[in-house]
Amino acid sequence: MTKVKSLADLKKMKETLQAKIDLREKGEAAENLVQIKVAMATCGIASGAKNVMDFLLEELEKRGINAVVTQTGCMGYCYAEPTIEVKLPNADPVVFGYVDTKKADEIIEKYIKNGELVDGIIPVNYESIDNK
Amino acid sequence: MKDLSLHILDIVQNSVVAHAKLIQVTLDVNTTNDYIELAVSDDGKGMDNDFLQRVVDPFTTTRTTLKVGLGIPLLKQNAELTGGTFTIHSEPGVGTTLKARFLKSHIDCLPIGDLGGTIALLMCSYPDVEFRIMAVVNSHEFSVSTSELRDALAGLSLNDPSVYPVVKEYINSNLDELQITNLG
Repeated sequence: MTKVKSLADLKKMKETLQAKIDLREKGEAAENLVQIKVAMATCGIASGAKNVMDFLLEELEKRGINAVVTQTGCMGYCYAEPTIEVKLPNADPVVFGYVDTKKADEIIEKYIKNGELVDGIIPVNYESIDNK
Repeated sequence: MKDLSLHILDIVQNSVVAHAKLIQVTLDVNTTNDYIELAVSDDGKGMDNDFLQRVVDPFTTTRTTLKVGLGIPLLKQNAELTGGTFTIHSEPGVGTTLKARFLKSHIDCLPIGDLGGTIALLMCSYPDVEFRIMAVVNSHEFSVSTSELRDALAGLSLNDPSVYPVVKEYINSNLDELQITNLG
């Protein structure tokens, strides 16, 4: 990649980026994307949520997975930070705790790619039979 | 917090939650006078005097999930550990300004960390907020603003996943020139 140093360089990058985005957005409605929220309040940041978010942003792009990664506030599981919530298309969101980059890699490879559950799920979004 | 940029990431979220439309962040590193000063100011909803008095107390928070809020207390503690100072001013409806000053040569002074990544992450995560960020190293400066990036990348949304790495590289290559991270 050429070095991007001035605003003019950024402008030059625009075309390449636009092409990339157009290619991706064809036929991809938001609900068909993997949505990931990284908890980034004081507790999350202090336990390394930024590294995890960087890792997710980079790796998902590299591995060609269409995903939206956003920040969110504290979900109330400070003991298990960094936590991330992953919502696969047409599935209930799942919250994972103690996510470092190694765990994030496992989540991408197993859960996001194949739908296999991995250790470290915080059972918060379950529905009990009574509530159905 | 392990480094100063994580503090920035954390503190700026307070401004975002306070519905700020403009957030200015200045990190001033001065090796001659041996200090690092972090200033964050916003035009959010501000705090009244009563809340302002209590805001450095770890048991003061606006969030509803927990009874503690450590962002400001931790920043204050880390600044004061180095023999530095911490001040915060706020006015309801006008906004909030806070300044944390660290003594650079003190052994407890935090390293600056991944400043470029933090700035890029903030700007790309909150594209509706106008960020004006300035890094100063011994009076050499680099500044970047959301409107500037938006002009250069006209039509692209800042929170698109493929935009973030480019913005990050742009900021990092300019910060490298200032050698801000090498000063640790």
